[in-house]
Amino acid sequence: MYIKSIIFGIITQLRSIFITLKHAFQDRETILYPENSIYLAPRYRGRIVLTKDPDGNNRCVACNLCSVVCPVSCISLQKTQDQSGRWFPKFFKINFSRCIFCGLCEEACPTTAIQLTPDFELSDFNRQDLVYNKKNLSISGTGKYHNYNFYQQSGVFITKRKKNNIHATPINIKDLLP
Amino acid sequence: MIYCFLHIFCTVLIIVFFGAMLSFIERRLLGLFQNRYGPNRVGWFGSLQLIADMIKMLFKEDWIPTFSRSLLFVVAPIIAFISLLLVMVDIPWDNNTYIIDLNIGILFFLIMSALSVYSILFAGWSSNNKYALLGAIRAIAQTLSYEVFLGLSIMGVIIKAHSFNLIDIVNSQQYIWNIIPQFFGFMTFLVAGLALCHRHPFDQPESEQELADGYHIEYSGMKFGMFFIGQYLSMMVTSAIITIMFLGGWFGPWLPGYIWFLLKNIVCIVFFILLRAALPRPRYDQILYFGWIICLPITLLNLIFTAFFVLLH
Ligand code: SF4
Ligand code: SF4
Repeated sequence: MYIKSIIFGIITQLRSIFITLKHAFQDRETILYPENSIYLAPRYRGRIVLTKDPDGNNRCVACNLCSVVCPVSCISLQKTQDQSGRWFPKFFKINFSRCIFCGLCEEACPTTAIQLTPDFELSDFNRQDLVYNKKNLSISGTGKYHNYNFYQQSGVFITKRKKNNIHATPINIKDLLP
Repeated sequence: MIYCFLHIFCTVLIIVFFGAMLSFIERRLLGLFQNRYGPNRVGWFGSLQLIADMIKMLFKEDWIPTFSRSLLFVVAPIIAFISLLLVMVDIPWDNNTYIIDLNIGILFFLIMSALSVYSILFAGWSSNNKYALLGAIRAIAQTLSYEVFLGLSIMGVIIKAHSFNLIDIVNSQQYIWNIIPQFFGFMTFLVAGLALCHRHPFDQPESEQELADGYHIEYSGMKFGMFFIGQYLSMMVTSAIITIMFLGGWFGPWLPGYIWFLLKNIVCIVFFILLRAALPRPRYDQILYFGWIICLPITLLNLIFTAFFVLLH
């Protein structure tokens, strides 16, 4: 048995050497990246964008959830209000030199404002250039969720500013939708 | 005198250049065996990759850690670089193309290969780093078990040739290459030679996945480069010795001798690289087990039978 297993082992080793040698005569499978472009699945997690809702307003409500959930703390933003009492970020910065593209911010965001896109070509010569602010992050479209409008789903309408009394229609708590 | 010095200097330079070039060739060949491209960006098909690597190594900070034993730390890569490079001196390329004709040719190779383990021992110990020390310990254990039959496996060839001289050994293979009558000696020498130059699958001292590079983990810049090129030099030397001992040196039809020698060498080196692409690294104790339980008895049997047949004739 002992001798048999040795011989069997030698044969399997020789076989794997031979198979590897055969690979020398096959086609190469590497995609030569800058010359050939790559297909990336729509759910690939790359550069982060801030989207707008179908009406063209900014989705972000400066709730800070993304900043809190971010494992490497690369999102920083500050809340401010407009005349009607609606919150929006005064500044919004993502440091892409630290971001690990985990997608947790996208999960956490209640308004689907922050989204990860399949764009991964982020390299830069200067580290400072990788800190993107609100102007760099915002896109004019809705991103991956075309019809989602947070204020329609949650049923909160801001009419005009009343001190500490924003008119709100109650949320349907039986509904599973966000 | 001056001419002799220049001659040796140029030879050494050429050998070192090819040793460094081998790193590029190895990466391209590995790519070929694994269905991918190797370095192909710098220069024509990546041919200037070597220069890019040189620039990177030369301009990297050559840091000697403050916690290390600095003398041994500096000496270790020099030993690694020099020890097997010196063996190149007594390798005959042709019946009369050699630098020095040593009567103890093959013994010199064994001496130098035994010395080369000091580089790893010193590097691992002086780095004052546990991964480096573990790598060094593994290298010592591996050497202890493989050095034994590294010497014994070529004794059959020496018995047949009645000489330690490399030229005599090649001349004794005029009619039949030693690989056929000494097949088991060849197999075990191949294994021991791989273990000697720490090539895959016997790269225990530096296994990246477990030891994060083993004995040269603290090295950077040109000191790392010396370890790096030293490994390729030892690979060249081992394949040259295999060619001389078992593949009939410069014998072959039609072409001049040194071309045959070079061709056989290249086949050996490509085979080494193929082994690297094909075989996984065994566990540490499996390597020792394989050395002592399987290879040593085979070499001893081979030695006994060779002696028996030589006595019969
Ligand atoms: S993808 Fe992850 S790391 Fe990047 S900003 Fe979002 S939460 Fe932070
Ligand atoms: S991007 Fe989303 S999670 Fe982040 S602050 Fe704006 S609304 Fe909140």
